[in-house]
Amino acid sequence: MTEERKFRDPVLANRIAEKIRSVAPKNDTIKICHVCGTHEWIISHYGIRSLLPKNVEIIAGPGCPVCIVPAAEIDEAVNLALKGVTIACFGDVLRVPGSEISLLDAKARGADVTVVYSAMDAVRIAKGNPGKDLVFFAIGFETTAPSTAVEVIKKPPKNLSFLISHRLIPPAMEFMLGIGDLHIDAFIAPGHVSTIIGLEPYEIFPKVYRMPTIIAGFEPLDILIAIYMALKQISEHKAILENEYKRAVTWRGNIKAKALMSRTFRVVNGAWRGLGRLPDSALKLMDDFIEYDAREKYGVKIERGRDILPGCQCHLVIIGKIKPTECPLFMKACTPQKPIGSCMVSSEGTCRIWARNMLPYFAH
Amino acid sequence: MCLAVPAKILEINGDLAKVDFSGGVMREVNIMLVDARVGDYVLVHAGYAIQVLDEKEAEETLMLWREIMEIKDAGAP
Ligand code: SF4
Repeated sequence: MTEERKFRDPVLANRIAEKIRSVAPKNDTIKICHVCGTHEWIISHYGIRSLLPKNVEIIAGPGCPVCIVPAAEIDEAVNLALKGVTIACFGDVLRVPGSEISLLDAKARGADVTVVYSAMDAVRIAKGNPGKDLVFFAIGFETTAPSTAVEVIKKPPKNLSFLISHRLIPPAMEFMLGIGDLHIDAFIAPGHVSTIIGLEPYEIFPKVYRMPTIIAGFEPLDILIAIYMALKQISEHKAILENEYKRAVTWRGNIKAKALMSRTFRVVNGAWRGLGRLPDSALKLMDDFIEYDAREKYGVKIERGRDILPGCQCHLVIIGKIKPTECPLFMKACTPQKPIGSCMVSSEGTCRIWARNMLPYFAH
Repeated sequence: MCLAVPAKILEINGDLAKVDFSGGVMREVNIMLVDARVGDYVLVHAGYAIQVLDEKEAEETLMLWREIMEIKDAGAP
């Protein structure tokens, strides 16, 4: 699409970087927090941090849906797999560490674990193999949850059930603001989550927390503009909700998807890896669909797991408290080939993204 | 995981549509979450179209950017 090229125009990018430098406060340290693995990938890949003044820092919050799945829920999937149930999951989930082993380890021990591209694929497998007990490991934020809802509502074959590990972004953003020593000055909200939920759920951030909040798209220029909008608000002592990603995000979001979600799920408290339980941050199937709830069907419910292995700093990386390079294991004991923590496993994990973009430096 | 990729709808068959991810990469996606028509650009995430892209807003975004950057010429630099 030529449209795409326009959104990557390098001349505009330099112009925006200049504007950013002119509007950024000169002395105070400014911390802008995004909450999206794809945003982190773009920021790192295009070297956006290097275009910013030294006192403007971009930190990555808990925006990687794979990284934040708690060990206990990986353990549930592993437990089912070892019992002889087939697990269908997204590729990134395979190597995420559970308390003891990952789904990939379970597969090596003979368990049936199969990678799917979408919830639809899981339904297809279930239909094609009526004798097979299949569980779809449904992870992901509001972007992904509607697709699970679509399949549940269609009442798939009874040999399929769902291990729901969906999580919600706004409660995680609220949690970030409660971390005393983090001192966030503005949010860049995730564009794709927002296509579903719309702008409304972010209103509390400027209203209650006086936090400038910008919904941003996924081209490098989208992110630069969003940074500019945030800095402009900060310099003018404003706190408003702004939508930079108007081509995909509306005030009310995707009404159809939201309606399907509210018919299928209810909101419950949920654990996030290394962060503990966050109120109203997870989804659970409604009682009408209880027969599709794998936890109920197989009586598996693991409350506690070992989220963080000794030495791993994922719990601090996930909230942007430290950079991956501040973890003593980064690119030493922990590499994309031999990851230790979930942030190095997922292609949207901050450690993995930094490792990939810094590889040339480690090659020497 | 949270990545969504724009694609053009070529053909609709009930809940499914054949889309073009540009560069000739075709795929079948589920369109139950959107009201899309042939020719629309949609954002596709994990096999499902999650939103129809608004081309008018895309144009306006580009214009707004140029305005912010104080670029008088509306054409491509
Ligand atoms: S580099 Fe590895 S060990 Fe360190 S925080 Fe990241 S995932 Fe954990």
